[in-house]
Amino acid sequence: MFSLSESGIDPARLRRELESPSAGAVVCFEGRVRDHNDGRAVRGLSYEAYADLALAEGQRIVEEAARRFAVQRIACVHRVGDLALGEMAVWVGVSAGHRAEAFDACRYVIDEVKARVPIWKREHYVDGASGWLHP
Amino acid sequence: MNYRLLYFASLCDAAGRSRESVASDARDALALYTEIAARHGFTSRPERLRVAVNGEFAEWNRPLADGDEIAFLPPVSGG
Repeated sequence: MFSLSESGIDPARLRRELESPSAGAVVCFEGRVRDHNDGRAVRGLSYEAYADLALAEGQRIVEEAARRFAVQRIACVHRVGDLALGEMAVWVGVSAGHRAEAFDACRYVIDEVKARVPIWKREHYVDGASGWLHP
Repeated sequence: MNYRLLYFASLCDAAGRSRESVASDARDALALYTEIAARHGFTSRPERLRVAVNGEFAEWNRPLADGDEIAFLPPVSGG
């Protein structure tokens, strides 16, 4: 399932929910706030979401991945609000019988979330400026 | 017709508000965007944006009904 979180992501708790005796593979991706982007020094980020549509589109992506790949469980959490350097911005976890499907589904979910889910990133720069990223 | 508009990210900054109600003669999403863009000075061309009506993605030629909630969505940058 897909969710938004206004507070810090707890990957250990999320990972436990993926486990099952028949899951031979668990793949997790953690997206973190980086201290630079496009040649500028970054001191933090803010994420804004159109929550209703983000939840619906995120859930669609999780369900697509579950249909495309032989996986057992998929979860994705995206932060909203203000984040400091190093904080986790997004977490994707997949369990599957075998690693190839777990890697493929995890990659699919993060790539589609970045491309489709209505969430926007505002970078705050060390020089005091800030700006929305609209790639 | 009366519409409820939602603004996000750079469009929220440009409009100076995150939501508003407007009365408009526009009958589809593209006509409404053209009108609102002129009012608020939005510079994004509609080809760069997506539109959502009542919480679901929609086409620009989607006919609008009184009371619809419309959001013009800048290119997303989550992750």
